[in-house]
Amino acid sequence: MTTIESYESKTKSGVGVSAQRPDAVPKATGEFPFSSDLSSHNMLWGQTLRSPYPSARIKNIDISEALSISGVHAILTANDVPGKNLFGLEHPDQPVLADDLIRYAGEPIALVAAEHPEVAAKAINAIHVTFEELTPLIDAESSITADPIHPEGNVIRHLKIDYGDPSTTGDLVIEGTYEVGMQDQAFMGTESGMAVPSPDGSVDLFISTQWLHSDQKQIIEALDLPEDMVRLTLAGVGGAFGGREDVSMHVHLCMLALHTGRPVKMVYDRNESFLGHVHRHPAKIWYRHHATKDGRIVKVEGKIILDGGAYASTTSAVLANACCFSTGPYRVSSAQIEGWGVRTNNPPCGAMRGFGNVQTCFAIEAQMDKVASALGIDPVELRLINALEQGDTIITGQKITGAAPVKEVISSLAGHPMPGPAENNLLARPGGTGRTTDQKHIKRGVGFAVSIKNLMFAEGFDDSSEALCQVDDGNVAIHTACVEVGQGFITLVHQIAEEVLGTSDITVIPADTSIGSAGSTSASRQTWMSGGAVLKACEAVVVKLIEQIFEDEGVKYENLDGTLVSEDGTKTIPVAEALKGRSFHEKVIHRHAPTFPLNSKGQGDAHVSFAFAAHRAVVDVDQELGLVRVIEIATSQDVGRILNPLQAVGQIEGGITQGLGLAVLEELVMKNGVIQNANFTDYLLPTALDTPPIEIAALIEEPEPGAPFGAKGIGEPPTISSTPAVVAAIRDATGVDLRRVPVRPEDIALE
Amino acid sequence: MPNETQPHLNVNGEALTIDDAWLGESLLYTLRERLGLYGSKNACEQGECGSCSIMLDETLVCACLVLTGSATGKDIKTIESLAPEGSLSTIQQAFVDTGAIQCGFCTPGLLITIKDFLDENTNPTDLEIREAISGNLCRCTGYGRIVEAVRIASKTHDETEGGN
Repeated sequence: MTTIESYESKTKSGVGVSAQRPDAVPKATGEFPFSSDLSSHNMLWGQTLRSPYPSARIKNIDISEALSISGVHAILTANDVPGKNLFGLEHPDQPVLADDLIRYAGEPIALVAAEHPEVAAKAINAIHVTFEELTPLIDAESSITADPIHPEGNVIRHLKIDYGDPSTTGDLVIEGTYEVGMQDQAFMGTESGMAVPSPDGSVDLFISTQWLHSDQKQIIEALDLPEDMVRLTLAGVGGAFGGREDVSMHVHLCMLALHTGRPVKMVYDRNESFLGHVHRHPAKIWYRHHATKDGRIVKVEGKIILDGGAYASTTSAVLANACCFSTGPYRVSSAQIEGWGVRTNNPPCGAMRGFGNVQTCFAIEAQMDKVASALGIDPVELRLINALEQGDTIITGQKITGAAPVKEVISSLAGHPMPGPAENNLLARPGGTGRTTDQKHIKRGVGFAVSIKNLMFAEGFDDSSEALCQVDDGNVAIHTACVEVGQGFITLVHQIAEEVLGTSDITVIPADTSIGSAGSTSASRQTWMSGGAVLKACEAVVVKLIEQIFEDEGVKYENLDGTLVSEDGTKTIPVAEALKGRSFHEKVIHRHAPTFPLNSKGQGDAHVSFAFAAHRAVVDVDQELGLVRVIEIATSQDVGRILNPLQAVGQIEGGITQGLGLAVLEELVMKNGVIQNANFTDYLLPTALDTPPIEIAALIEEPEPGAPFGAKGIGEPPTISSTPAVVAAIRDATGVDLRRVPVRPEDIALE
Repeated sequence: MPNETQPHLNVNGEALTIDDAWLGESLLYTLRERLGLYGSKNACEQGECGSCSIMLDETLVCACLVLTGSATGKDIKTIESLAPEGSLSTIQQAFVDTGAIQCGFCTPGLLITIKDFLDENTNPTDLEIREAISGNLCRCTGYGRIVEAVRIASKTHDETEGGN
């Protein structure tokens, strides 16, 4: 068992220790300003009118009654968008405000700015839109051949991976079809922000987001303003998990502020939040696994359909992940995979923690269990037989050159002690006190699953992050545009700077667009990318410091672990000491090793690095009632090197809980293109009672070449294989062949 | 606005008259947008997530479900009253120390809930802790560090903290 106290560093809060979050105290007192806590003198409240229909034509918009309401200052529609009425994370294909066609239920049509949110709501209700309802396209599979619902067509991306000899055969063939429902990021702090106009026609936007510079690029196109006239500053973010990577209210806020000449604040309520951001792609997946008698997976055939909803968002990249890792963390000699990311009139889908790997991992791991069962091999043993190793090639033809301790991850977890019987307490039973579960009906099950996740952006994207290390008369300040969403990057900035410069007295300048892009807080990339940039900027300061001392004193020093030692060894001075009274300004851009596009056969070195995790779930199930109680989830994870043990545990526990949510609770239920449960009463997030104790069997520290401090990103792997582990445990307890997540009571009870 | 009124509220020991509240206004809106007490968070507006948990006459409630008018004359305690400025209560300190805070949006509501719980139950089991906080949703932590923080705080919690 890895304990969170077992790591040491040479400094009190340098790299490797459980340094405390610098924002923990203000968050505990309630003083920390989230984006919804902003206010300004003379501020107006903005609201959005959204379409109730998933597919419709706008015949007319009458704003006259709404405009006449006292306290209403602006009503804006598509005609008021100053620049291009299009935005989009990967490419612009989505209207800022719908001007003709409505393509999903919830699509923004008009904006209001008013003195009070209630007045704004009244005005929203007084805008009269005449719609011609159209028949929505809601089935992803039929979308491939259906009439296009968008000028760019319905197929956002079609990807084929053709690896190895397709005529390969095994002794055993296992086929299965699987489905993944639409999960939501459901961050606690809904979308919110404030735009403040300046007399020169420029605007400052204070916003919770994941990627300031991507937002800025999309906003300036829509506003038709130069970059320096749209300045973004990060406002306190209440969680993200992928759901803030796309633009939501950003352009709307700026339009209202520039139009009224007054600061405008918007806060989505929970219902609007569900309508206002992308979700995890629902998926339909078919697999045929071919294995030898001795348990080697020799060939995998697969078809994957992701429902991207009305607009592209990151569908293309999500599909690439789903396909590239569609054989899991296993070595196969042949794979023929075909994937489609398609448009429908369902809500747009995009980034969520795990990003494509979640969907296929659920199906792959079910297939692995079926292969194991058919061959009479223990499921853990089957995974060990096929586990990838360093030097192996994945199905895109890319060789794994970094650390790949898949076997260590699996073995360490398999050897972890099992939990005892559940407490004899109604609360500890499936369904809790509100149900009628009887102890004698409860069956226990155990499930095991393993995952692979690529770290950072892929397929040739020029991925970089900029950092400034500024020393002013000995005072150190660090600046990046890296977004803190709760993951703890702000702690790492302090740890990394202290590791290099030896001082804990460090100011972190708020993230904004006055420095170059840090890229997105996603893809488990910021420790590597912005952490790497901060490391290089601090190291550049030390180089300059040594140069300056040489110019001043004529003595050449060398930096040995934070202490400057003179060439002749007679003089030593700690870096922190030597910095006193001096000033430096070192800005660096950090890039990871380049990646390359996939060719027409889905082959290419498209990815930077890979991380692996394994999960073991133990459940108690009352099959008659269809009730599941997850008793424990244990995990081992490949982490490269742990930079902050406490934060690592926090990421792992939180990520696993989101995986548990997808397994048994969370789904946006769709009916004819309309979300039926866009609220926290009906969209079920795991509570503390739904969430079991999480056991960390091992964190495997095998440093990753090329990664700052050898650390791999740790945010996403916990969410990926926890879901299939829980479902495997339910199958083990019930014998029911569960092919869809989330598993609903009727899926278990009615079989 | 129509139906304006001037409710008298007793917030964190201070008697206040709200100048222009609307009768249908939620107590959460009044606390946040009129009194500037932004510590209570708005995350669901239907009493499901506990982010706006406050004490109303010593009863734990979701401020989003209370009409400001109906809180007239009642004793309201928010996160801002949990510890004197510049200090932390034992529960707050335990949250900071154990890593129970990530994005921190759910934190104020949880802290109010936990103080109320520990005032009544000084030696809780893990299951009792989980039940007590099951009305407060957290999306970041998976609750593990929060349960640990409550365990630690329960050993040193003093119910006189927080101005009761």
